[in-house]
Amino acid sequence: MVNQRWGYWLFFAALFLAPFYLTEFRLSLLGKFLCLAIVAVGISLIWGYTGILSLGHGVYFGLGAYCMAMYLKLEASRGHLPDFMEWSGVRELPWFWKPFSYPMVAIAAAIALPTLLAALLSYFTFKNRIKGVYFSLLSQAVVVVLVTLFIGKQEWTGGTNGLTNFSTVFGFSLSSPLTQIVLYWLTTICLALIFVAARRLTSGRLGKVLIAIRDAENRVRFLGFNPTVYKVFVYSLSAAFAGVAGALFVLQVGLISPEMMGIIPSIEMVLWVAVGGRHSLMGAIVGAIVMNTAKSFLSENYPDLWLLLLGALFVVVVLFVPKGLAGIYESLVAVRIKAKRGHEREARVDVS
Amino acid sequence: MKPKFMRKLWLLFCISVFALGGCAASSAVDQAKNENKKDSSSASKEGDTVKVGILHSLSGTMAISEVSLRDAELMAIEQINASGGLLGKKIEPVVEDGASDWPTFAEKAKKLLQKDRVATIFGGWTSASRKAMLPVVEQNNGLLWYPVQYEGMESSPNIFYTGATTNQQIVPAVSWLLKNRGKTFFLLGSDYVFPRTANKIIKAQLKDEGGQVIGEEYTPLGHTDYSTIISKIKQVKPAVVFNTLNGDSNVAFFKQLKDAGITPKDVTVMSVSIAEEEIRGIGPDVLAGHLAVWNYFQTTDTPENKAFVQKYKQKYGQDRVTDDPIEAAYTAVHLWAEAVKKAGSFDVDQVKKAAAGLEYKAPEGTVKIDGETQHLWKTVRIGEIQADGQFKELWNSGQPVKPDPYLKSYPWAKGLSE
Repeated sequence: MVNQRWGYWLFFAALFLAPFYLTEFRLSLLGKFLCLAIVAVGISLIWGYTGILSLGHGVYFGLGAYCMAMYLKLEASRGHLPDFMEWSGVRELPWFWKPFSYPMVAIAAAIALPTLLAALLSYFTFKNRIKGVYFSLLSQAVVVVLVTLFIGKQEWTGGTNGLTNFSTVFGFSLSSPLTQIVLYWLTTICLALIFVAARRLTSGRLGKVLIAIRDAENRVRFLGFNPTVYKVFVYSLSAAFAGVAGALFVLQVGLISPEMMGIIPSIEMVLWVAVGGRHSLMGAIVGAIVMNTAKSFLSENYPDLWLLLLGALFVVVVLFVPKGLAGIYESLVAVRIKAKRGHEREARVDVS
Repeated sequence: MKPKFMRKLWLLFCISVFALGGCAASSAVDQAKNENKKDSSSASKEGDTVKVGILHSLSGTMAISEVSLRDAELMAIEQINASGGLLGKKIEPVVEDGASDWPTFAEKAKKLLQKDRVATIFGGWTSASRKAMLPVVEQNNGLLWYPVQYEGMESSPNIFYTGATTNQQIVPAVSWLLKNRGKTFFLLGSDYVFPRTANKIIKAQLKDEGGQVIGEEYTPLGHTDYSTIISKIKQVKPAVVFNTLNGDSNVAFFKQLKDAGITPKDVTVMSVSIAEEEIRGIGPDVLAGHLAVWNYFQTTDTPENKAFVQKYKQKYGQDRVTDDPIEAAYTAVHLWAEAVKKAGSFDVDQVKKAAAGLEYKAPEGTVKIDGETQHLWKTVRIGEIQADGQFKELWNSGQPVKPDPYLKSYPWAKGLSE
């Protein structure tokens, strides 16, 4: 497995050096995809390892993004009311907007709010032993509620248009190429850190408990563990990842709207992980990058056909590679190891 | 285990070959276009072509509306090319799909400006898509022509708005309704920015001009059950329902309204999002007798319009119709071309300068670019829907109305924009 570690180093080094070999436009796309890959790591943790299928991660992503966007919007408004509030008849900045003029508060909230919401939701559902499809449905309901709220409260959230048109972050212009590169590096570092943390987590005792919960929750309970605590923890953790991803996403894309936290994006997130291989953290990252690259590439080259092609890709993966890209990789490795062992055996025979 | 896996891999390979082959064949035309693109990409503006971006939703919920805008823009480009091009260069459209997804609009706008280095972009329909593109065109000092009526309160130095703003559609319609139909209004809209903002304006205006709002309802986009809202309408009996519903919801609303026995004689429904194209989808039989307010109808009587409608039908089929956004998209391309000719350059700043005050004989009549707001002076028209799916014009403003996106010239709107 030394090989594999080298592979990871190589992967992240390649990402880190991307500003030197990609054009500005492609780099901004890759930066966006890496944010989405962070979400994918979280989903792989809860779905692949713990068996919780959440169809509502768009909400945590969106909350993180909105927290960051509120700060950016206030900075862009330079002491005035944000433009959408002015024409919605709001005279004074609502109280809950005020703390967001401090960037540190915004960043903390971008992580804390999704985590809190996830902890609250998961504590009450998992404590009452609601799981499987029922939990998935519940997570969808949360999406619908939150999206409706954000659209309806146009004077506070910008409605369907969302928050957009930012200018600076910490006083640096968002449109300057240098800021974009720094943000890209920041995203890469966040992704690497989150990946390492998630790996540490899953390779230790906790990871074993999570897998045990996935495979036989009742047995885990009889063994004296309390699955609720573990499930709430891992679910909140994945929400925190999504929050970080959302904040980084807004910085690079410059836009967040309720549509991006809706049901379709939430399901898309699960699809990336399915394509990449849900039982593998690296698979989830690669899945998110590959699927989004495919989406960009196909829609650029076949504006009329790309949806069909993307759909075909999904169908093919689900039908023929149920374990995703990671599954293919593992099978190849298995084949090689077998072959190697075969050689070794033959060699031994020769010697004797 | 191993042979099975290999078989699967083989199958996967076959399918991907098929898929690729299939798309290569069926999009041969596209590819030909792409190759053209690639050939001239290095030459961009220096060669004998100039690239322009067309960025509409060709997939997703908005495709049904936006595809015809792309068609109209391509037709205008073809016309200009047929008559010798611009400054001796042929216009080469680069079509991108915004996919009814706002970050995609931002992404593709960035691609068009940074990678294809287009001289201008024509695109967008929803306000959300425009808001997504706005920072991109401003940061890259690009140019965007946005062809749909919208809720106003915006004026970007890098966007030209060729659809109506509120004082060229909603405000005159409310005044007309107060004079001709009655004082009691029921406001019904889809739950997004345009209806909510429009209704805020309508409420302020009614307060000032002596009308009364006796109901206000919002339904989610795509909502199809209007029975409770219709029974409310029956109960409060408004003179006018001001309808800002969008898309499919209109089909359900008007069908259920008719089924409930409410005719245009009982309650006038004034719509701001139903044009000829939407009438085709909803069915003229349930809409006949209701009103809509626009700047252009297919029946608008100008020589330019006769030629425009004829060309459009000839190119895309006799069953196709033209409508206000289609006309505005078509006009946008010609306005840009005129501005380029006047400036003698494709440079954004020079084109913008040349565009100020530019007049053009559009199918809707003469329009003029207002240099200050970069909106158009447009004639307002109120029409009654006929059984054949066309409009009969009941009223028009007589002359083009000066655009006022922030409603600064209306004292009652003070609280809205400050």
